[in-house]
Amino acid sequence: MNGLLNWIDARFPLTDTWNKHIAEYYAPKNFNFFYFFGSLAMLVLVLQIVTGVFLTMHYKPDAELAFASVEYIMRDVPGGWFIRYMHSTGASMFFIVVYLHMFRGLIYGSFKGPRELVWLIGMLIYLALMAEAFMGYMLPWGQMSFWGAQVIINLFNTIPFIGDVVSTTIRGDFVISDPTLNRFFAFHVIAVPLILVGLVFVHIVALHAVGSNNPDGVEIKKYKDENGIPLDGIRFHPYYTVKDIVGVVGFLIVFFAILFFMPEGGGYFLEHANFEPANPLKTPEHIAPVWYFTPFYTVLRAVPDPWYGTLAMFAAIAVLFVLPWLDKNPIKSIRYRNMAHLINITWFAVTFIVLGVLGVLVVTDEFRELGTRATQIYFLFFAVTYVHSRPHQANYVMWFVILLVPVLLWDYLRLDPSFTENQRGLFWEMMLIPVIYLATTLLLPKFVAKANAEKDVPTRVTG
Amino acid sequence: MNFKSLKLLLAAVVLSIASSPTVYAAGGGVELLDANVNLDNKLSLARGAKFYANYCMGCHSLKYSRYNRVAADLGLDEETIKSLIFTRDEDNEINKPGALMTNSIPVKDSARWFGTSPPDLTVVARARGGGDWIYSYLKGFYRDESRPLGVNNTVFANVGMPHVLAELQGMQELEEHDDGHGHVTKTLKLVEPGKMSPGEYDQLARDLTGFLVYVAEPAQLHRTFYGILTLLFLSVFFVIAYFLKKEFWKDIH
Repeated sequence: MNGLLNWIDARFPLTDTWNKHIAEYYAPKNFNFFYFFGSLAMLVLVLQIVTGVFLTMHYKPDAELAFASVEYIMRDVPGGWFIRYMHSTGASMFFIVVYLHMFRGLIYGSFKGPRELVWLIGMLIYLALMAEAFMGYMLPWGQMSFWGAQVIINLFNTIPFIGDVVSTTIRGDFVISDPTLNRFFAFHVIAVPLILVGLVFVHIVALHAVGSNNPDGVEIKKYKDENGIPLDGIRFHPYYTVKDIVGVVGFLIVFFAILFFMPEGGGYFLEHANFEPANPLKTPEHIAPVWYFTPFYTVLRAVPDPWYGTLAMFAAIAVLFVLPWLDKNPIKSIRYRNMAHLINITWFAVTFIVLGVLGVLVVTDEFRELGTRATQIYFLFFAVTYVHSRPHQANYVMWFVILLVPVLLWDYLRLDPSFTENQRGLFWEMMLIPVIYLATTLLLPKFVAKANAEKDVPTRVTG
Repeated sequence: MNFKSLKLLLAAVVLSIASSPTVYAAGGGVELLDANVNLDNKLSLARGAKFYANYCMGCHSLKYSRYNRVAADLGLDEETIKSLIFTRDEDNEINKPGALMTNSIPVKDSARWFGTSPPDLTVVARARGGGDWIYSYLKGFYRDESRPLGVNNTVFANVGMPHVLAELQGMQELEEHDDGHGHVTKTLKLVEPGKMSPGEYDQLARDLTGFLVYVAEPAQLHRTFYGILTLLFLSVFFVIAYFLKKEFWKDIH
């Protein structure tokens, strides 16, 4: 056995790689619950690829046959329903896991130096994942597959001058049809997965170069013993491998509970309308994207002009990329930041959920106004995060005024004489929301010293 | 061409002009009746299958499902399932139990007759989010002379389908009650009894609904069983994994 290993090691750095990334990769010993989601995301990626391969054996990427082939998988392929539900449940779970993984990075400052590249590569993974999910959702060729894609592809139509060319190029036709399905299939099963796997590899290489962050936001590499081993670090294997097994089993319990007992996820993982074959002549009454896109869909709908709405939607994703350069506060973890920062993050989390919920609902006056206000807070969050970079030098009152200006300017531009009385009333009532948001995050730390006080960061990790 | 089919054709022509293609419009805001579907009641599902083959399948195929799968799942013997097959293959032989449950209604002609061709109903229960809608639909037909076929439906406004079960249910009429405060409640009242009592018809509607819920996802008969096994295994595994982790982490402080 040893002989074989030596033989390989002389030709390939097997032991080296194993040690560098697993056995002698020193991770902080204080990982908490949120640190399960990185390895879980990898698990789901593998599950999606494996189940995807089996689905591809039976699925037919043909507008005439696609819907029937999915039902064939559900009925006639032995175990087909299980494979298909693994894949459809996996898609939603992928986003749940990734959103929690990103939120972890946000609250513990994992995106900050020296991990900016880890964050950027992660954001690229997120983009690729959204493309992958969007294209995969078209393949069952149900009503939502068709009309959801119709809505999204038409966004490209709004690009000035070249919109027509762009959307026609994406579709491969003047309407969504067989060529669209075929190219989406090609992207979904080979192009994007290749990119995804490559990016995940790079994500991990970058992470292992700089080392993992932790809930205290302390750099464990600063304090090493005489052998150069971080004092607060423990070997990834066996400590985090056995710990991640617990996380994996816990995750699988949730995963299989959904898969076996509520595979439609209450109509959110598999939408009811998608059990009707795609029909270009029949627009569904209510088109809602799958839940994981809905926060951005609400941003899109908050802006009445389609082109600016599209820009706002993409900006909502793009702004996440620059987060490392907005939050320059040297303290990484939320544990030692001031209370205003905690309030800011809480607002952001709630706003993201509100945007998501609004995205699946039919637009009413209330929801439209609330969606607009939530969109304002979504973008304000990043500006406030910037202001919180230097809590003791920041001119909070000035920033309160400065940030109120774009809100009022947008409101001024959209307050139209055509507003009904109800809409006008909601407009004024809900103007309180961004004002309260800015007051709690900018005026509170100005006038309440306790809300602006940062705690001392320990030199070593706690707990 | 007899008089009845001429009338039907005439009605269909009127209908195809009058009705837009949005025939699947949901019953906006109508409260649905509880179907109480019990998939363990195989006898009910089997009765539903029999009724479906006799009353519905002439127009509404179940083209993603196979006869023998239904037979195996619902415990029907070969004689019974063969008695439900009416379609023929390209050699004009009666279809085998392994065949898909198609029918031979002409798509274009039926679209002319009814305003839209009768949809395949294999996964209708999933498209409608469960059986309640189907059950309410089956019980929701009422007389409406303003419609080309003389009937309308409470959960499916201006439906293109005739009330094919009228001989069993009888005919209902929609009664509106105004409580004096502008609040109108609508109730259905049986005005012409059919061959079945209201209780018997309810059972029929329930059987049919149950069958359609089953056929929309045959896997649901088995998946909860696998689910319980899987979760039992994972729960045991979780305990073991937890103590394994604890054992390894003993020396980490």
